[in-house]
Amino acid sequence: MTIGGEGANGTAQFTLDDLKRMPAVEVVAVNQCAGNRRGLFEPHVPGVEWGYGAMGCARWRGVRLKELLDKVGLKKEAIEIVLNGADSAVTDKTPDFVKSVPTWKAIEDTTLVAYEMNGEPLPHFNGFPARVIVPGWTGTYWMKHITSITAATKSESGFWMNPAYRIPLGKFPLIGRFTSQDSAVNTPITEMVVNSLITSPTNDAKVKLGAPLTIGGIAWDAGYGISSVEVSTDGGKTLAAATLGEDLGRYAFRTFSLEFVPRAKGPQTIMARASNTIGQGQTRQLIANPAGYHHNVIHRITLEVA
Amino acid sequence: MRVVIIAFAAAAIALPAAAQEKPVELKKAPGVDKVESNCSGCHSLDYILMNSPFPTAATWDAEVTKMVRAFGAPISEADAKVIADYLKANYGS
Repeated sequence: MTIGGEGANGTAQFTLDDLKRMPAVEVVAVNQCAGNRRGLFEPHVPGVEWGYGAMGCARWRGVRLKELLDKVGLKKEAIEIVLNGADSAVTDKTPDFVKSVPTWKAIEDTTLVAYEMNGEPLPHFNGFPARVIVPGWTGTYWMKHITSITAATKSESGFWMNPAYRIPLGKFPLIGRFTSQDSAVNTPITEMVVNSLITSPTNDAKVKLGAPLTIGGIAWDAGYGISSVEVSTDGGKTLAAATLGEDLGRYAFRTFSLEFVPRAKGPQTIMARASNTIGQGQTRQLIANPAGYHHNVIHRITLEVA
Repeated sequence: MRVVIIAFAAAAIALPAAAQEKPVELKKAPGVDKVESNCSGCHSLDYILMNSPFPTAATWDAEVTKMVRAFGAPISEADAKVIADYLKANYGS
């Protein structure tokens, strides 16, 4: 892996063993596809029609990207850090998958070049031997098989920065912005919006009248921290505060649960709504955007009570 | 027996990534040969299923055009039309 670029004072190369000899940092963080839940958009938009599952949460271990950049030294003109991996396309006319992050995000304490996932070497499909992890931000920046990190003094202009992975300006309540990439109408997708998912019971599950059950799920956001999850067991008429599970860090899935006893026969709608520590919540109405990003409409399931 | 075991072990080592993937079976319909021969040169045929079933005819036209113009896929105009027609007929809305 080479680190350099015109925004750096020098160049350095690192092997996997070099990385392992440096101080190790662990972060539990959610990696979510920018397009997760795209398949739920109405009207539909083109792209992989993901349901709810294009995400995961793992314990990542590696070296701070900042520490690697410090080895070469950044010039003050370095506005973006450009990431490239070992993979390439079949034809040379296909744009190589190259991504950049703003320098402020690259040097956060939790942005790593990771070589372990859940205590084991990264599996091939998760980016072996090392990948970048950018906690709080969507998976598009988490460059796999990382081989090149360059400091840039102007904005990276490849296909995968523009026109790909863009959201309309001003539509989403985002704090972590990537302003060197702004156009007149759009900006790169950056941090994840606050979200939650009911994982148990499953949609359309048959449950017994009067029998206690646990409604469980997960909540996450861009790292501001989940402050509460409210669950409705009557289709949204009333809400109850769910119990939050173990806090594995502000970038991790936060589990929630609520005990519930069905008291009426027939279909019953269960809903969950997460909020974070800076007052952001989930939306009731979809925020339409051409690429189908940031779907955080309140999740609902229906239980059949008999 | 010894030879068989060694051969099996070698295969297991050589194919750990591929072994996790099931072959993709596209619907047998006119044009499927052009789809398989052109599209799978660059990406898994999974992407056709994963982009389904909502695309309209215009969306599938745009997807094929994007593969050629944005991604440089070396596909002839004639094949591109066959591919788009196949996708509209079998994986569209």
